[in-house]
Amino acid sequence: MSQQGHEIPFWMDAILLPFLNIVTAFAATAGIFLLIGVDPVEATQILIYGAFGYEEGIGFTLYYTTNFIFTGLAVAVAFHAGLFNIGGEGQAYIGGLGAGLVCLLLAQWLPGLLVIPIAIVASAVFGAAWAYIPAYLQAYRGSHIVITTIMFNFLASSLMVYMMVNVLNEPGQMSPQSAEFSEAVWLPFMHEALAWFGITVEASPLNLSIFLALLAAVFVWVFIWHTRWGYQLRTTGSNASAAIYAGIKPARVIVLSMCISGALAGMVGVNEILGVNHRLLLDFNLGYGFAGIAVALMGRNHPVGIILASLLFGVLYQGGAELAFEMSNITRDIVVVMQGLVILFSGALEFMYRPWLMKLYQSVSGVNRRELEA
Amino acid sequence: MNEWFDIAILALDATMRVSAPLILAALAGLFSERAGVVDISLEGKMLAGGFAAAAAASVTGSAWLGLGAAILVSLALALLHGFACITHRGNQVVSGVAINILAAGLTMIMGLHWFNQGGQTPRLDNEARFLSLDLPGAQAVADVPYIGKIYEELISGHNILVYVAFLAVPFTYWVIYKTRFGLRLRAVGENPNAVDTAGISVTKMRYLAVLCCGVLCGIAGAYISTAHNAQFVRDMTAGQGFIALAALIFGKWRPVPVMFACLLFGFLDALAVRLQGVKIAGIGEIPVQFIEALPYLLTVILLAGFIGRAVAPKASGVPYVKER
Amino acid sequence: MQSGMAIELTDVSKRFGAVRANDKVSLSIEAGTIHGIVGENGAGKSTLMSILYGFYQYDSGKVEVFGEPHYFNNSREALAAGIGMVHQHFMLVDPFTVLENVTLGNEGGKLLKAGREQARTELKRLAKEYGLSVDLDARVSTLSVGLQQRVEILKALYRGAKILILDEPTGVLTPQETTELFRIFQALKDQGVTIILITHKLQEIMAITDNVSVMRAGKMVAHRHTADTSKEDIAELMVGRKVLLQVDKETATVGEPLVQVKNLSVRDNLGVERVKKISFNIRAGEVVGIAGVSGNGQSELLEALSGICKVSEGSIDINGTLVTKQQPVSPSKMRRIGLAHVPEDRHKMGMVNSFAAYESAALGYHNDKEYNGRFIMSRSKVRDYCRKLMDAFDVRPRDPDLKSANFSGGNQQKLILAREMERDPDILLVGQPTRGVDIGAIEFIHKRIIEMRDAGKAVLLVSVELEEIISVSDRILVMCDGFITGEVAASEADERTLGLMMTNTDLAEATE
Repeated sequence: MSQQGHEIPFWMDAILLPFLNIVTAFAATAGIFLLIGVDPVEATQILIYGAFGYEEGIGFTLYYTTNFIFTGLAVAVAFHAGLFNIGGEGQAYIGGLGAGLVCLLLAQWLPGLLVIPIAIVASAVFGAAWAYIPAYLQAYRGSHIVITTIMFNFLASSLMVYMMVNVLNEPGQMSPQSAEFSEAVWLPFMHEALAWFGITVEASPLNLSIFLALLAAVFVWVFIWHTRWGYQLRTTGSNASAAIYAGIKPARVIVLSMCISGALAGMVGVNEILGVNHRLLLDFNLGYGFAGIAVALMGRNHPVGIILASLLFGVLYQGGAELAFEMSNITRDIVVVMQGLVILFSGALEFMYRPWLMKLYQSVSGVNRRELEA
Repeated sequence: MNEWFDIAILALDATMRVSAPLILAALAGLFSERAGVVDISLEGKMLAGGFAAAAAASVTGSAWLGLGAAILVSLALALLHGFACITHRGNQVVSGVAINILAAGLTMIMGLHWFNQGGQTPRLDNEARFLSLDLPGAQAVADVPYIGKIYEELISGHNILVYVAFLAVPFTYWVIYKTRFGLRLRAVGENPNAVDTAGISVTKMRYLAVLCCGVLCGIAGAYISTAHNAQFVRDMTAGQGFIALAALIFGKWRPVPVMFACLLFGFLDALAVRLQGVKIAGIGEIPVQFIEALPYLLTVILLAGFIGRAVAPKASGVPYVKER
Repeated sequence: MQSGMAIELTDVSKRFGAVRANDKVSLSIEAGTIHGIVGENGAGKSTLMSILYGFYQYDSGKVEVFGEPHYFNNSREALAAGIGMVHQHFMLVDPFTVLENVTLGNEGGKLLKAGREQARTELKRLAKEYGLSVDLDARVSTLSVGLQQRVEILKALYRGAKILILDEPTGVLTPQETTELFRIFQALKDQGVTIILITHKLQEIMAITDNVSVMRAGKMVAHRHTADTSKEDIAELMVGRKVLLQVDKETATVGEPLVQVKNLSVRDNLGVERVKKISFNIRAGEVVGIAGVSGNGQSELLEALSGICKVSEGSIDINGTLVTKQQPVSPSKMRRIGLAHVPEDRHKMGMVNSFAAYESAALGYHNDKEYNGRFIMSRSKVRDYCRKLMDAFDVRPRDPDLKSANFSGGNQQKLILAREMERDPDILLVGQPTRGVDIGAIEFIHKRIIEMRDAGKAVLLVSVELEEIISVSDRILVMCDGFITGEVAASEADERTLGLMMTNTDLAEATE
């Protein structure tokens, strides 16, 4: 019978607390910068410049944001069902494989306008399929989904290397990659699309898949909070016994939610394969799956929060790339560290500041309370 | 007959070497989870420990100082996990994931900063590594049929950390079941309320458990970078922390079954190496990637075939909150 | 024989955030007596005892034990002063033996072997002195509830308790086990042990205690010698107004059987048979009460009847639909054929703590056409319906957006009852309807159940509270160890007969 929900106002819980957590993560990063002899202020300036300072940079930032929205939504959907999907890396990888296979196989038979939607669906289906087995094993065998999804990440890696090296490899390239898709099935770049309207921007990997990502966010919002399947999902995630009582089958919900989660992660393939690389290659998924966890936690598992957090992480990734470019003693691993810190402070240490906020709030508003009770 | 025997000995020998870090990590997880703290970050602690060991050994020239550094770093991460999970009652899985990611990133950053080799540590000379030891009398009995071979190849000739790993099993058994500490640790994992009302601090017990976990993970990490190999490279642990976790579940959180589970994984891994280049009728050569994927595949199969009746310690994964 | 005050509390206060759990409580407990503390849920009795036991620390006031002032920072310190506690939910480690449980914290050395023999000798002595015999090497999980309670008492005595606090000790016991417990109390009292009994069972207060103190809303409101007071008197002090302890009802007009259970067996998820070939009917317009201590198959029976659990043998006919092992029926289908279910444990099953009230109010009915279009669920419609339910059952506060966990126990239960009853089901299953609910709401809930019965519904009431069963039911069935061991009309039932049936003892054979 805890009164936890009542003691500090909603805005403190929903906005101030997460803000403090992120500030702490950044402060810790600044500490690490100092440790390796980098001026945090200078680093921040370079980072922000890299993310916003020039058109190409903005494009890159938003291109990364697209991926984070997909994987962040994926993790969030699973979280609402009470599951931890750490398999975003593998699901994104295999989703890309699906998109790529469709393009390679169908591009010569069907017009681009048909192939692209099919490829999008394929990336979702392949991603869902990669999540299906761990989901099934958790639902019907009780196998710990955290371990199985991590294993499937490794398996995806091996599978992709095999496919690229042995099956799809286009000879004469430095690293294993497939043949380039015909231009008909390329998803237009944003700078191309804007050019149709007479607006010129610098070229960047940013492409139309960002609209797909935003659509996905709307879909998730509607699905989770405004449909009966979303209700079933949230009930299962909060209280499996109550779900059974209500006639919900938790095993089915687990599988369904993981498949949706996998599908969302798989759509990273739309961005990377259809939108940017136009061929299948290795390691295009790198880091997006894990970043999705940080994004979901930072965004409190809500689509609006996730979009904002994705934007922030896009800034970090692009800014981080700029930093690594400018400073020889920094690599992109610094962004990995930031991810870890965000997950730590926004996830594990989520409520660290809560007792202090409570004391602060009560001492500020305490006068009123005592009057009421006298 | 003799040939099969030799092959078996060699296979078992390789098995022991590959299983050693798994055993250490799995026992580490045992201490933590038996006390009710789920630990997904065995991987991260091993990785960080491995880096610390290689770095310290490279700078000081001493493998033992490397081991000490590994243990310290692993303890630090263990304390962080404890701080998040025990003191702040955070989500234990999320904390574990955070530590894994932090370890992966920080090892690269500090590696680059200190050694400027793209994140790796420099190759260690033999003096700075743990090398194989010959047990007394190994050479003398080498010619005795069968038993001599077993003693000389299989039992003698490992580096000291392998012996530590295998000795850790009976030691863990003794601590968990025969000491007061072990009784209280198990109690905390089953019913922390009972422990609290007995006047024992749940927090203290869980922190101690988590520290034990840290020490063992540190040793495991040091083994990987300074004994089994001669340097630290990116993502060196390659999922062994998770395989150890699977072995822990498969072994039902008991020291001796866990050891056998780790040996099983080690055996399959050693077997996989032998399968390289082997042709299967009708399929052709087994792809290298399949062999690399085998341990992960087997983890999934073992977890799946296992009919979820693994009864984890009852309070596992649940932060302790005094009921109102 | 000790004389003087064992415990003296003066103006003890304790806050949890904004809630004043104990408000200037004063209490004197004479040594060597049995002292009862009563109050409704949330009155503050458990908090007060937890302060005595060192689990919580008081904010202000004075605590004196045998004349010495104390401030207990933890239970160790309380034990050192001689205070031991037996909790309502046992603090036992299931896989450990009795010996391991009792010695936990007092093992007698870093290596377990060292202290074992000494512990055994001491425990044998205690067992003899107080009549608390139990097998020291048995695994606690294999012991009956009554024996587990003995282990808890033994634990406290082994640690040197001279004052024993027991929190709702008889909730899980049969009447016979309760009598046995009271005998132990007497033996303890004879040896000079002081006993503090926290309970809401007024008849027990009258039966065993020397003195009783009443708490209400965090304050101590009265002290009485038990001999000088009555149940009605205490109930009125607990609530602050006259309380109806009996339910007014007319005789039932009974119709056709709507639920027919034939040779039903149900296994739990470990494969153990919990319901063993029972048969009974529930007819329209009657309340059938199932009496029995928890754990004798009632929960599994409820789950089978509501579709949560599968039937392993036999059949259930619900409103014309046959449920068998080959033809299982899901909980959602059960609802469609006119069955409603108020679960025994509302926190575990009846609602979702983190959901807003209006979302909990849709639990089980979330697929209904009233809320749902083809794809979209209308939250405003759900909210409106919740408001309707809250009005009908006077749920306070009237806020559908408030988190379910933040309602009081009584209001949570009223909301769940509203949800199930307002559907106008033909059959209503109710488990432990007034657990954790204060007296005022209890009256309300009993009235509503009778109303359903008067409207021609078939009602099944499962409860561990014999008083409730006797006053609300028309017919009573007793379950023991998965069997139905007796059936009696409510008008002819009394606690003794029911108690005997609960232990499967023949009335003629019973010795008294």
